[in-house]
Amino acid sequence: MVESPLTRIALRVATALTLAFIYLPLLVIALYAFNDSRTQAWPIHGLTLRWFSKALDNQGARDALLTSLKAGLGATLLALLLGSLAAFAVQRYRFFGRETVSFLVILPIALPGIVTGMALNATFRTVFEPFGLGLGLFTVIVGHATFCIVVVYNNVVARLRRLSRSIEEASMDLGADTWQTFRYVTLPSIRTALFAGALLAFALSFDEIIVTTFTAGAQQTLPIWIFTNLSRPNQLPIVNVVAVLVVLLSAIPVYVAQRLTTEAAVAAPGAAAAGARQ
Amino acid sequence: MSANEVTATPPRPPLGRRLATFLYRRPRLQVGLLLAGPMGWLVIAYLGSLAVLFLAAFWRLDPFTAQVVHQLSFDNFRTLWESHVYRRIATRTVGIAAAVTITDAILAFPIAYYMARIATPRVRGLLLVAILMPLWSSYLVKVYAWRTMLQEGGLVNWALSPLGLKGPGFGVVATWLVFSYLWLPFMILPVYAGLERIPSSLIEASSDLGAKAGRTFRGVVLPLAFPAVVAGSIFTFSLTLGDYITPQLVSNTQFIGNVVYDNVGVANNLPFAAAFALVPVAVMIGYLLGARRLGAFDSL
Repeated sequence: MVESPLTRIALRVATALTLAFIYLPLLVIALYAFNDSRTQAWPIHGLTLRWFSKALDNQGARDALLTSLKAGLGATLLALLLGSLAAFAVQRYRFFGRETVSFLVILPIALPGIVTGMALNATFRTVFEPFGLGLGLFTVIVGHATFCIVVVYNNVVARLRRLSRSIEEASMDLGADTWQTFRYVTLPSIRTALFAGALLAFALSFDEIIVTTFTAGAQQTLPIWIFTNLSRPNQLPIVNVVAVLVVLLSAIPVYVAQRLTTEAAVAAPGAAAAGARQ
Repeated sequence: MSANEVTATPPRPPLGRRLATFLYRRPRLQVGLLLAGPMGWLVIAYLGSLAVLFLAAFWRLDPFTAQVVHQLSFDNFRTLWESHVYRRIATRTVGIAAAVTITDAILAFPIAYYMARIATPRVRGLLLVAILMPLWSSYLVKVYAWRTMLQEGGLVNWALSPLGLKGPGFGVVATWLVFSYLWLPFMILPVYAGLERIPSSLIEASSDLGAKAGRTFRGVVLPLAFPAVVAGSIFTFSLTLGDYITPQLVSNTQFIGNVVYDNVGVANNLPFAAAFALVPVAVMIGYLLGARRLGAFDSL
């Protein structure tokens, strides 16, 4: 090692400071959720749990949570299906335009969220509305799925790349047909990648606000509920509690997904570009 | 088993099996079936929407009826170019994106270096998770947290008051700070990956040849890590260019995203919004082309 002891100490301190910088705002909000006072002043003088029960009783927040969960689950299922289909096609076959698929999958998350939001909004209003499908939960699910495909796709592609084809060929040689091979050989090997992709997709959807704003119509997801209530000072204690909930429900899936995969698919946000989203 | 059954023609295999055989002989059909769903959606619906949006940038709004006139013209772009206000907003947005990118590159380097070259594998794994979790989650909550911390009686002013200082309050500085905070993990990860790929032998060779730490850093580490920094800057740059939530929550200043949002939502002027939204897209395309020349894509 070339680094001098002094450099090492300095780097260690810098690392600790950077981590503190990253986590401090999240800790502050978590503390405010227990704040006894209605005002958001610092320092906090007393702690209480009452905002948690207030938040539980808040109909708007509960509806928003339900909408967010539905949207997250719907988008995750759709992304799981479309993302793994695309991953199998790209990883298992050679065909014209194969390189383009990865690019197309990444595009919705690489472009600024506002561009994706506007584009989808215009399409939904001109194509879906004549069929009586206005902006609502369904359009939110479709919009979220569009940018969630990439996380499932990345995870499954990374896993398939490592998965040897010969075990599938062995299965076929032993008399299993395509479906049996998929069910008993391929699926068990990619299960954790699918699960990790699904968790990331859910986290991404649960936290998204920009595309949601353009596709939700009158529906409120949790981030939109937070956003609209930020301007109401007497709602802020409840907003703090909801904010903690959003952090937990979007960070825990990411943590589990990271534990499940050794691939870099989680680490490379969108592999070439991101927006978490955004 | 009776003799009768043995001589009979073998029973047809079940439908699933026949379908499997049928597909097995037709790889092209397999690809077609696999891709029909995802590409059907992404090409027809998503790219189609983008194409319409692109086209809409060349339409205009009739000032009297407030209806969209489906007639191609460069009116929106002329307004953008000639208006002093919009030019300033565009410059300001690109400027803050550049400032955020530089800030994040500087902040990301020490922790990425520590992770790549000094931390034990266990600590490295923990640090990776610690940086990934906030990357993928709680965007709005983080902006809200900063809003609370930066306000008049908030944590920042409280922490600075013993020094006789005051926080930046809400404004452009706050926007720069919050953007830098938000996209920092997006910079740390590629830089970490880039630094990890530098062979230790190169650094040792440099010091064997008599270079001091600073010289090795400038002459060996920095040039080799530069493509990774560019790779990270793609995220910090692009994410800043399109955002409108953060400026709205921690400043009164207008950025491209705010103008676009107001024109879609409030003014209902989709053509103008689409035209202005093309600015960040064009900047990003230029940026990506430049980044490719610098070898950033090999670092992703």
